Amino acid sequence: MGLIAALALVLVASVAVGAKFIAFDELWRALVAGPGAGGAGGAVDSGDAAARVSENAAIIFELRLPRTWLGLWAGAALGLSGALMQSLTRNPLAEPGLLGVNSGAAAAIVVGISVFGITSPSKYIWFALLGAAAAAALVYALGARGASANIPVKLVLAGAAVSAVLMAVVWGVTLLDSAALDHYRFWVLGSLTGRDSSILAQVLPFIVVGGVLALALAWPLNAMALGDDVARGLGLNPTWVRVLSALAVTFLCGAATAAVGPIAFVGLAVPHAVRSIVGPDDRWVLPLSMLAAPVLLLAADVLGRVLVSPNELQVGVVTAFLGAPVLIALVTRRGPVRL
Amino acid sequence: MRLRAIGSRRRRGVFTAIVLAAAVFIGFIVALLVGDFALAPRDVFGAVFGSGEGSGRFLIVEVRIPRALVAIGVGAAFGISGAIFQSLVRNPLGTPEIIGFTQGSSAGAVAGITLFGATGIALTGWAVVGGIVTALAVWLFAFRRGALGYRLIIVGIGVGAMLNAVTWWLLTRANLATAQSAMAWLIGSLSARSWAHVWVLVGAFVLLVVPLMFAGRTLRILEMGDAAATGLGVRVSAASTALIALAVVLCALAVSLAGPVPFIALAAPQVARRIARSPGVTLLHSGLVGALLLLVSDVVAQHALSGRAIPVGVVTGVVGGAYLAWILTARTRADR
Repeated sequence: MGLIAALALVLVASVAVGAKFIAFDELWRALVAGPGAGGAGGAVDSGDAAARVSENAAIIFELRLPRTWLGLWAGAALGLSGALMQSLTRNPLAEPGLLGVNSGAAAAIVVGISVFGITSPSKYIWFALLGAAAAAALVYALGARGASANIPVKLVLAGAAVSAVLMAVVWGVTLLDSAALDHYRFWVLGSLTGRDSSILAQVLPFIVVGGVLALALAWPLNAMALGDDVARGLGLNPTWVRVLSALAVTFLCGAATAAVGPIAFVGLAVPHAVRSIVGPDDRWVLPLSMLAAPVLLLAADVLGRVLVSPNELQVGVVTAFLGAPVLIALVTRRGPVRL
Repeated sequence: MRLRAIGSRRRRGVFTAIVLAAAVFIGFIVALLVGDFALAPRDVFGAVFGSGEGSGRFLIVEVRIPRALVAIGVGAAFGISGAIFQSLVRNPLGTPEIIGFTQGSSAGAVAGITLFGATGIALTGWAVVGGIVTALAVWLFAFRRGALGYRLIIVGIGVGAMLNAVTWWLLTRANLATAQSAMAWLIGSLSARSWAHVWVLVGAFVLLVVPLMFAGRTLRILEMGDAAATGLGVRVSAASTALIALAVVLCALAVSLAGPVPFIALAAPQVARRIARSPGVTLLHSGLVGALLLLVSDVVAQHALSGRAIPVGVVTGVVGGAYLAWILTARTRADR
């Protein structure tokens, strides 16, 4: 309950706070007036108040709402995929970057820009999705072989290896092609702005499919936590659970990364926080992470708008600075985090 | 029996060290022979022994020899510092990256380039200061009565991620040309290295040779476990602090001369351990393997794409990643 209230609060704040702060009564009036108010109110000189409503409506409907909406979905996808990945790899450090998803998306985008001359975000998003999926598949093929007891560790190592090669590709391309670097340096920070609403429409199907799949996997993952043998005894096929989880992670995380860029720590920190409150049951951890992550992401976004006002800090910078101390506190206070 | 086994292992160690040194020497010769400007071997050797003349002599003496020597020295420094880190944290992924040194020096260098227009020695200063400050901060967070390993790695990851965000944020604030020159530094490159760089390396290794001899011995004792090491008269926390400091100095040296070239520090100790078939850390072999890796990578980087030299960091990144993947599949086969 508290979580939903927090989410609502952050949503309102994200719409209201920014370079131009909009008071709550004005916010309400502009919302009621609807997106059409921008044109109608501006034409007729019916006083100061109406003009203000129309200006606010323009800001809200064209800038703040899409941004908030995008943050909501991207945050949910990141939180869910982080929780899923930590359960899947039995590794408290697992996060989207780890299975090569981020670097796959980055490499594909850079290649898309440099080789195919694509410069609009709504087009290179497909490259990002494809790259994320390809990298995740490769990591899984490398890491999920041999004795199954070692698979979690090997997945992480395979992720590191694949990421390293892909990042070298990114370095190489961006060094030779300054246009690619110019796009890449803004994409890599992760930001909710400057992305039009068509991007969300493009990735939304992936987020929804991945989300449904992930939530459906909560019970099988609980069983897997007891070990492959127990899971088999309960009538599950561990390989299929792993493959489906990896698929869900790729969908969620690839879509989020494609839409908002590689955002650090949301997928890592949120499931830890949730787990410390409700315990390790994935039937709670997965949905609650899905709700809590957008709170963190949107709060970070709002913070980024206020901190260096009238400029903005990209949300990726803020999450790194919010998330890293949490991580450090986790390990220095309690010793090793275990799953 | 046992003594003889130890003796043969030592002989094997000496033998592989000689073979590795020979390989480095051959690599050095090859690095002198190949280049965009074709030179006959006779001219090359003439230049080396002082009888050549003109542009060929300049190219060999002022360009190729210093570049190859810097590659050898920097590779050795990365290899040794990686070996110390990996041995101390008892994790094959332990590299200068884990204690945030690389990210710190990158953030420092990018700050120097974008905010203050630093170049040359000033840039090196920014990088080294950034790296050392970060390493110190991570060390203070993670250090608790000699307990290392896991906590150090996580604190390093956290601090590294924050610094990465700073680095890229600075890059978005800069204009594109500045960002690109900063990028070139971030990847690590050996182009345009001169004799001044070589002398810095020589001086540093002369100063460090004695500490390094002690370091190898102490590390082998520490690898027996903290309790055994204490029993053998090693003060564990003081020793590991000193060793970390040594590794950081080596890493700072390497980064200041070539930028944060990835993967040498990761791969060299692992390869060295396999070649020497040594159960423990081998600083000498790690250094030689590191030198060989960087030298060969640099030759490849200069000639892999015809007409366009790529920075050596791109090559080591690709090779290193492929190597990690190979370790993974090799281990998997052994599992079965």
